[in-house]
Amino acid sequence: MQWINHELYIAPIDAYIDPIKPVDKAIITHGHADHARPGHQKVLASRQTIDIMKIRYGEKSATSFQSMEFGKPLRINDVTITLHPAGHILGSAQISIEYRGQRVVVTGDYKTIPDSSAQAFEIIKCDLFVTEATFGLPIFQHPSPHNEINNLLKSISGQPNRTHLIGVYSLGKAQRVISLLREAGYDHPIFIHGALEKLCDYYSSEGINLGLLRKALAQDKETMKGAVVMAPPSALRDRWSRRLMDPIICQASGWMTIKQRAKRSGVELPLIISDHADWNELTSTIDSTEADTIWVTHGREDALVHWCKLNRKNAEPLRLQGRDEELEI
Amino acid sequence: MKRFSQLLVTLILKTSRNDKISVLSEYFKYTPDPDRGYALGALTGTLSNPGIKPSLLRTLVAERIDQELFNLSYDYVGDLAETVSLIWPDTAPYKEKLPSIAEFISKMEGTPKAKLSALISSFLDNANSNERWAMIKFATGGLRVGVSARLAKTALAAYSGCLLEDIEKVWHGLTPPYIGLFEWLDGKTGIPKIQHTRTFHPMMLANPLNIEQDFDRLDPNDFQAEWKWDGIRVQAVFDESNKQLYSRTGDDISRAFPDIVGELNGKAVLDGELLVGENFKALPFNQLQQRLNRKSPTKMHLKNYPAFIRVYDMLFYNEDDIRDLPLKIRRQKLEDWMKQVKNSRLDISEILDFDSWSRLAELRTEKADTLGHEGVLIKDLQSKYSPGRPKGPWFKWKRDPKFLDGVMMYAQRGHGRRSSFYSDYTFGIWRGNELVPIGKAYSGFTDEELVMLDKWVRGNTLNRFGPVREVRKELVVELAFDSAHASSRHKSGIALRFPRINRIRWDKPAQEADTTETITSIM
Ligand SMILES: [Zn+2]
Ligand SMILES: [Zn+2]
Repeated sequence: MQWINHELYIAPIDAYIDPIKPVDKAIITHGHADHARPGHQKVLASRQTIDIMKIRYGEKSATSFQSMEFGKPLRINDVTITLHPAGHILGSAQISIEYRGQRVVVTGDYKTIPDSSAQAFEIIKCDLFVTEATFGLPIFQHPSPHNEINNLLKSISGQPNRTHLIGVYSLGKAQRVISLLREAGYDHPIFIHGALEKLCDYYSSEGINLGLLRKALAQDKETMKGAVVMAPPSALRDRWSRRLMDPIICQASGWMTIKQRAKRSGVELPLIISDHADWNELTSTIDSTEADTIWVTHGREDALVHWCKLNRKNAEPLRLQGRDEELEI
Repeated sequence: MKRFSQLLVTLILKTSRNDKISVLSEYFKYTPDPDRGYALGALTGTLSNPGIKPSLLRTLVAERIDQELFNLSYDYVGDLAETVSLIWPDTAPYKEKLPSIAEFISKMEGTPKAKLSALISSFLDNANSNERWAMIKFATGGLRVGVSARLAKTALAAYSGCLLEDIEKVWHGLTPPYIGLFEWLDGKTGIPKIQHTRTFHPMMLANPLNIEQDFDRLDPNDFQAEWKWDGIRVQAVFDESNKQLYSRTGDDISRAFPDIVGELNGKAVLDGELLVGENFKALPFNQLQQRLNRKSPTKMHLKNYPAFIRVYDMLFYNEDDIRDLPLKIRRQKLEDWMKQVKNSRLDISEILDFDSWSRLAELRTEKADTLGHEGVLIKDLQSKYSPGRPKGPWFKWKRDPKFLDGVMMYAQRGHGRRSSFYSDYTFGIWRGNELVPIGKAYSGFTDEELVMLDKWVRGNTLNRFGPVREVRKELVVELAFDSAHASSRHKSGIALRFPRINRIRWDKPAQEADTTETITSIM
């Protein structure tokens, strides 16, 4: 395809998708830091992605913002742009671009399993499918998140005097785990680290049920007995966590699939809850799009490219710079 | 297997010793026989596992997953059991109940070789990934979940209220599934009876001496000193009809040393150092190595490298357990016994004459090179023979290490916690313009240094041979070692005793590493 290149630059409208450097025109898939960056001139994104960018980077983090509704096409010159839900976090979108009878879909990050804190993923048939591959190895077969939440609840009731301290990314993962806990009937207050507050407030204002949240700081030890505390992974071993009751370190992430990795990060209770598609979701999505060309980015590209070739699809790795799950803060 | 897999997953992730003990105690308390006994055997390494070979697992996976996808995954995870358990397609429409450990073992044993793959596949199909992981670990042996045999026994003591010392005393006389042991632990019977002159008894080990701290507070008059010989620590366990030799870890090595075992007379349990040489004159370790490399020796080996034991201590005098008597008395009994019973391959360890620590320091260095020992042992005359490495009564004071600068040539993945890092390295030194391997080292660095070394290896790889990478010959490392010997095992013709990384010389050019001449000169 001549009109979109490996940097996800769309020539006919002079715009980039999720650029890592400030540009004139940017289309942003979702609010994670490795996709949404401050400093662009014009930003096109879903309303919620724009809200999130403003919360994280400030009202003036781009010169102008233009919001789009899901499923409502926007025509610029001969190009038609449509956003479709990516199921990754609140407001996350796949970008569909049609030009001269061809359609390209850029997923950003996505997952296909249900999540009440994000709009449900939609399959869009296309000619070129640009997919993420964070968990692009067949070892990643995520269990049901309800199963993981049950393990957490079991651990909480089995050790009622200890605090469960859960490492979660502040945007998306935190709110998803909280809403999963609420769906499973956990109705105690949940204590959150300061870094999560603004985004939790935002999710609540968007109608996601997070129940009663309280500040994790400034609580006495007795209150924290048996409590659930959420904090960004980087803050798990900070000073403040020493005041908790003999905390059990948990982490909610697809990476927790690998025990040696959980062990290395000192996680006692790994919760395999991922906001990215696992191997089976990736491969079945690729099939369903009926695309004959696949570009793979953002993770373990090699295996997915190999799989595409085995299944007689054209595939190339993009090797975009600066994309990393570790940056999803 | 379900409970067992939960146990293993919890154990591998727990970091606190107390948490591990409490998880294990729960398991032993609430799991029925014989499963808990088999689990105990697997954790302590006493259970001879069904011996599934990694190659069989790879074949099974290859029938299900594309080879390239498997290789990429294995490279990412770094551990075979974990890769297989995760990559195994989770597609069984409904799952049958998993077997208990006992059922697992009996099915594996009762299945002919040709049908083994089908059996294993059906086990794996019916399990979730954690259960697959546990079954593979169990079936291939070597659990590596951060539980030592000692810790498992500590948990037995914790759940039952029995004394750890008592458990240790009978431990080596018992085998999985440990029905009699658990009956006693549950308070249903008395302590199991074992034949002491037919079982291995855990050894007492010395701690390294801390010169700055220990000497100030210790009185030389309270201690005896002996040479620390550079052989292998053994225990001879024998009576009229049964004669055995055990390594420090309790492995039966009798068959490799018929020259010693055939000459054992009397009834006793002795602790000593196994060495080779004529007339009790010890040859260097690499000569002993000739014997250790063989399961059973040839006539030539028996003639050129006759083995003997330098006896350090006595645990049982005839049938009497004398481990709780002070060393001074045990030594007296040992001397008496040696006089009464003729044993041509036993030599009593010499007690060194010294009146001050500084005199001992002199002895240690002046005789080291002429006699070929590796330092001295210092033992409290009042010490009981307590299994393990108790802090205080026994010290080893090794000769000071030697150093050389080597160049990294190859790197290999480590195991367990280090399985995703290149942590085992081969180093070389210069012979003319050529680098020749001199030995391997995989310790002596910090976790941060490991991360840096791993990164360096990945960024400087020239070739890959399976798990081994050949690297650019650019990184210099200072190796510490105890001694160097001539050896045909390495191309350099030199083997190092206990090489370990002392520091990484990021700054040093490879050309300035040591040469075979300089090392030969200190041999
Ligand atoms: Zn994301
Ligand atoms: Zn991302």
